[in-house]
Amino acid sequence: MAPRQRGATDPAGERELLSAGDVARTVARMAHQIIEKTALDAPSAPEVVLMGIPSRGAPLARRLAAKIKEFSSVAVPTGTLDVTLYRDDLRRGPTRPLEATRLPEGGIDDRLVVLVDDVLFSGRTIRAALDALRDHGRPRAVQLAVLVDRGHRELPIRADYVGKNVPTARSEEVHVLLEEFDQRDGVVLR
Amino acid sequence: MRHLLSTEGIDPADATAILDTAANLKQSLEGREVRKLPTLRGRTVITMFYENSTRTRVSFEIAGKWMSADVVNVSSSGSSVSKGESLRDTALTLAAAGADCVIVRHPASGAAHRLADWLKHTGTSVVNAGDGMHEHPTQALLDAATLRERLGDLRDRRIAIVGDVLHSRVARSNVHLLTALGAHVTLVAPPTLLPSGVERWPVTVSHDLDADLPSQDAVMLLRVQAERMHGGFFPSAREYSIAYGLNERRLALLPDHAVVLHPGPMLRGMEIASSVADSPRAAITDQVRNGVHVRMAVLYHLLAHEEETA
Amino acid sequence: MNTLIIRGVRPYGEGDPVDVLVRDGVIAEIGDVEDDDAEVIDGDGAVLLPGFVDLHTHLREPGREDTETIETGSRAAALGGYTAVFAMANTDPVADNAVVVEHVARRGREVGLVDVHPVGAVTVGLKGEKLAELGTMAKTGVRVFSDDGHCVHDPLIMRRALEYSKALDVVVAQHAEEPRLTVGAQAHEGEQASRLGLQGWPAAAEEAIVARDCLLAKQVDARLHVCHVSTSGTADVLAWAKARGTKVSAEVTPHHLLLTDERLETYDPVNKVNPPLRTGDDVQALRRALAEGVIDCVATDHAPHAVQDKDCEWSAARPGMLGLQTALSIVVETMVETDLLDWRGVARVMSERPAAIAGLPDQGRPIEVGEPANLVLVDPGARWTVRGAELASISANTPFEGMELPARVVATVLRGRVTATSGRIPA
Repeated sequence: MAPRQRGATDPAGERELLSAGDVARTVARMAHQIIEKTALDAPSAPEVVLMGIPSRGAPLARRLAAKIKEFSSVAVPTGTLDVTLYRDDLRRGPTRPLEATRLPEGGIDDRLVVLVDDVLFSGRTIRAALDALRDHGRPRAVQLAVLVDRGHRELPIRADYVGKNVPTARSEEVHVLLEEFDQRDGVVLR
Repeated sequence: MRHLLSTEGIDPADATAILDTAANLKQSLEGREVRKLPTLRGRTVITMFYENSTRTRVSFEIAGKWMSADVVNVSSSGSSVSKGESLRDTALTLAAAGADCVIVRHPASGAAHRLADWLKHTGTSVVNAGDGMHEHPTQALLDAATLRERLGDLRDRRIAIVGDVLHSRVARSNVHLLTALGAHVTLVAPPTLLPSGVERWPVTVSHDLDADLPSQDAVMLLRVQAERMHGGFFPSAREYSIAYGLNERRLALLPDHAVVLHPGPMLRGMEIASSVADSPRAAITDQVRNGVHVRMAVLYHLLAHEEETA
Repeated sequence: MNTLIIRGVRPYGEGDPVDVLVRDGVIAEIGDVEDDDAEVIDGDGAVLLPGFVDLHTHLREPGREDTETIETGSRAAALGGYTAVFAMANTDPVADNAVVVEHVARRGREVGLVDVHPVGAVTVGLKGEKLAELGTMAKTGVRVFSDDGHCVHDPLIMRRALEYSKALDVVVAQHAEEPRLTVGAQAHEGEQASRLGLQGWPAAAEEAIVARDCLLAKQVDARLHVCHVSTSGTADVLAWAKARGTKVSAEVTPHHLLLTDERLETYDPVNKVNPPLRTGDDVQALRRALAEGVIDCVATDHAPHAVQDKDCEWSAARPGMLGLQTALSIVVETMVETDLLDWRGVARVMSERPAAIAGLPDQGRPIEVGEPANLVLVDPGARWTVRGAELASISANTPFEGMELPARVVATVLRGRVTATSGRIPA
């Protein structure tokens, strides 16, 4: 298959926002930003852990950790945080399957937790994640990293690290595609 | 899913979804500071127990509370139940009072089915916590959860269910669920404790425990109720124990990986030797622990989704 | 002079339509009749049969008038084509003495829609321990004795009852159920009951008692009637007993001719009955036995129950089903439409044999000049849908709710008087 022209709309009504290469570059940039902002390679640095929100936040967290290791030689522990049981919209759809929650080695108490998700939209998932986190322990601080911020917030929540800001119409759908789930990397608008 | 009344005819995908949810819940609650999830906040769960069963009722109560549901317990003594109110009126009253879910244990087979029928025009879900000699689906689910932890996928696993199959709702629910999950079930009991027509169940029937043990991945012992012991179903507790009790000699006949289950309460010495019950091969306390997670999962699957329009 | 003309009917469903003139309760003329003063029923080609006789009805009076009375039960009987019914003794108080049986008979006469014959209890209080005063009750006209609902399980008591009844020219009707084998029984013992977790009612519990009673009846040369035969094994036992000259007769209920324990799936106690619904094989065997005369007749076991006794959990529910107004349709569905019986056969199993078993001289008679005009007109082509709420009984516990069934009663005539017509009781 020939690589798609960025911004082109394919017959299925799909518009590519980020190519596979763009995703890799964006993750690398975000890794740099996390290193810089948390100063995690400094001697007095806080212990940083990355908590991916399933499903696509989980591999993103692992990719960020790998880049951080590559750029700073610091191995940041990763975990996953399923927020399904904390959602406020469970009664608006069919039963949602639960995903795994795995706290990083050493837990989250007194650490700087960076929540990692693919798309920031209404902010409700992050609200649920903050509630979930509270039940698992008491982090020193919580930050948020998202690959795409598409706007339309319904809660006072903002991300500390944003891969790409994408203005969207509320009716549009932003899909982050990752090798782990979708056999390719990319971000598309449908 | 609106009700959980039986495991007969359960879609293996639904059963697996509940078991997966239970496993995720267990894993996510392990070692947590706050063992409480906000998921069912504002939902009301009522347990209606017309038979005494502290273990099952408490398990459901903890499950509901850990999900933040308001749990109300109604027992048959000291309530309108003992004043002769019909099951139907009690159920309709509880539904009208705002029960999102009614968990019922009743000595009459089919009581949960009747309840679901009476409540069909309300939004109330019904969970069968054991109806007469019929079914006890959450027990089967917690048994399956325990077996999955120890054995992995249950497809083509061999599980022997030993004892009073005739009167056992646990046996019926397990036969349906385990076969739905692809396991092969052998029922081992004296002919007096096997149901009529059992030869047409999707199971193997045996009267020789020793011969069956070497090929089993798990043995599930059933409770022999005191009234059966005097009902002439077998000559004596001694003879039962000799033929069907799980002692150390028999434990040694099992493969090394095999698991021993018992739904409790156990009759030590008769159904199971004390040393067997306390051995690492026995997963009896795991069953109890998993019971809470499985029941949380059931409540989640019944209550945490949009209202089904009838 | 009371005259009635039934126009255009086919006796036993045979031949061209004829008119029947009834004068003073007796068939006066059959053919082309004219009488300007007579009341007329237009038969419109309906099948004319002798009025039905039900050997097994529960009218619940005295004691449970909230579920049925002799009046409402009589209405249901007339609408169902019956001209005589036998009211079972398990009332409250039990019909084990002359006072109660006379009360039932008198109430029946007062209502006047059907001949109500009280059944007397075999033992005091239906307890199976001590014979009731059969002779005293027989003197008041009781023809049939039964502890129905309970089995006269003690073999010695049963032997005595059979023996004693010989001098009275009455028949003992046995509810065949070995009580030790049916402790707590809820459903036919078999695959379905096992699956549903319902305590089994084994076929052998019926068959063993029927076999025993047949041996006893033969031993003492007495007559025995077997209530509500429900298993193929019982049919075999009856065939064997009859072949060796036992004076045994037997009845089968409409529900055992149609329904099976598959119906228990929903746990709706409307399907709970004693003896329980059995298997498809039993149903087929019972139909054959009825067609061949091994089973003599159809009896309804009409058993009204209050809503609260049925709309509950299975084990708490009372056993029993309404039957009077659906019996004919079920017999047509299971026996006529399957070519097992013709209309003469229907007359035999629903009228002639039960009348003969009970020794009623004026029921189940041939449709001939000079015979009593106890008649029923049946529209064999009609189809109707059963609605419990529309039946004449106070209770509504019909297992046939919503079923579309063949054949309707056009009219019922009791000694020349129309007791039901077009689904109504005449004012």
